[in-house]
Amino acid sequence: MIRFIDVYKNYENGTKALKGLSLTIEDGEFLFIVGPSGSGKSTVVKLITGEISPTEGRVIVNGYNMSTIKSREIPYMRRTLGVVFQDFRLIEKKTVYENVAFAMRAVGAPQRVIKKRVPYVLDLVGILHKARRRPDELAGGEQQRVAIARALVNNPNMIIADEPTGNLDPARSLELMMLLERINSLGTTVLVVTHEKELVDKFSKRVVAIDGGMIISDKTGGYYQYEK
Amino acid sequence: MKSKRVNIKYFISEGVKNIFLHGFMSIAAIGVIAACLLVTGSFTLIARNIDAVIESIEEQNEIMVYIDETLGEEEAQNVAVKITAIDNVKSVEFISKEKALKNFKDKLDEYSYILDGFENSDENPLRHGFRIRMKDIAMHAETVDALQKIPEIASTNSRQDISQKLIQVRRVVNAISMALLIMLGAVSVFIIANTVKLTTFTRREEIAIMKMVGATDGFITFPFVVEGLVLGEIGAVLAFFCQWGVYSYITKVLSDGIGMLDIIPFADFSWQLIGIFAIIGVIVGAGGSAVAIRKFLKV
Repeated sequence: MIRFIDVYKNYENGTKALKGLSLTIEDGEFLFIVGPSGSGKSTVVKLITGEISPTEGRVIVNGYNMSTIKSREIPYMRRTLGVVFQDFRLIEKKTVYENVAFAMRAVGAPQRVIKKRVPYVLDLVGILHKARRRPDELAGGEQQRVAIARALVNNPNMIIADEPTGNLDPARSLELMMLLERINSLGTTVLVVTHEKELVDKFSKRVVAIDGGMIISDKTGGYYQYEK
Repeated sequence: MKSKRVNIKYFISEGVKNIFLHGFMSIAAIGVIAACLLVTGSFTLIARNIDAVIESIEEQNEIMVYIDETLGEEEAQNVAVKITAIDNVKSVEFISKEKALKNFKDKLDEYSYILDGFENSDENPLRHGFRIRMKDIAMHAETVDALQKIPEIASTNSRQDISQKLIQVRRVVNAISMALLIMLGAVSVFIIANTVKLTTFTRREEIAIMKMVGATDGFITFPFVVEGLVLGEIGAVLAFFCQWGVYSYITKVLSDGIGMLDIIPFADFSWQLIGIFAIIGVIVGAGGSAVAIRKFLKV
């Protein structure tokens, strides 16, 4: 579960990115966070992943208080999350299999577990047949599937996808979103940060709209409503 | 326990695998480490040779003492005990007056006939004496003073001025060697540090991904340290063999050209050199990687 309680975030350059934001994401939810550029969406993601700390207020991520978390605890907190980025962030020199297995090795998983788990996850995202390829041999949608497999492989409580469809065409974007919906149906909380209105509107999910560092709308079964 | 074993195996295999995966950067790092070691090593060997030459000249700087002529050969020989008791005396060689005469005649060569008739012990005007070598020529004056205090010694003869000159030359050579060595060392550290930083910089994305999936700093750092260690050691071994080749070649050229030149054979310091290279390889390779990666761990 994730809780933001009256969170403020001021950057060193003077930008006030969040102004008293409060938000609760329950386990098992599928949630869109929407908003224009500079609205504070990315700050929300960075606060969840522990890249930055709140200036004021409390952020609780799967039981970890992000204001008081010790730096040595951050890796263990991050293991409860799976992050997917717009630019995929795959290691070009490693194969698809290695890119995913690498995430398991990074948390100290034994080889026999890796051998079982990686093919399973690659199959789940529909990319097992390209396990031996390198990322630059794959199309954008396929690369994003690898990124999702990597995010999923350590069995996190939550997947955070930051503009996951930003580099994909509409058809691939829809496929990807359906994949995330399927992952959510298997019990993983999914948080998608996006500004793609059409895509959000195709799914009847909870939509939290942020603008100017504040929540301006939070509706379940909603559309990209804050524009209306 | 098992998990630790798995980790160590992973660190080593990942470290070695990464060397091949990032072939170009690995070759660059090895090349830079080897080149820096080779340049610094070559200079050190040159300095060692100059030092050895000065040392051998120093060794030839000796003090001659002459024994009171009233003493017989056996009594004169016994003075050696008193001479060797002096701290700075390295070796003592007794030269009987007969031998001194012979040496004198040898030196006179074709004019040696002028000494004919002095062979008889009673007629020999020379004295028994000792050729003394010092441990440290900087203590020349003190040694002569101590020798002059021995009552049986009638006179001393030595070239203190040469000793002073040699000491000066050695000081200058040592100062220049040290300054150049420090300069070369500093330049090498700078170049190697930047190469390691560059190698790590190209992998910052990989490090960021590892951080994001929850890898601990130690888990991220160790394969880099192993990689740096292997690269540093390969660089050290490469530098050693290049040094060997270059030194042997130069030695051969110099001995063929100027036969008299007494160059220290490579074998005399090969173990010392590989040891030093190996230690530097570990420090710059493993240490450099560990330091360089810290910057990228702050994600």
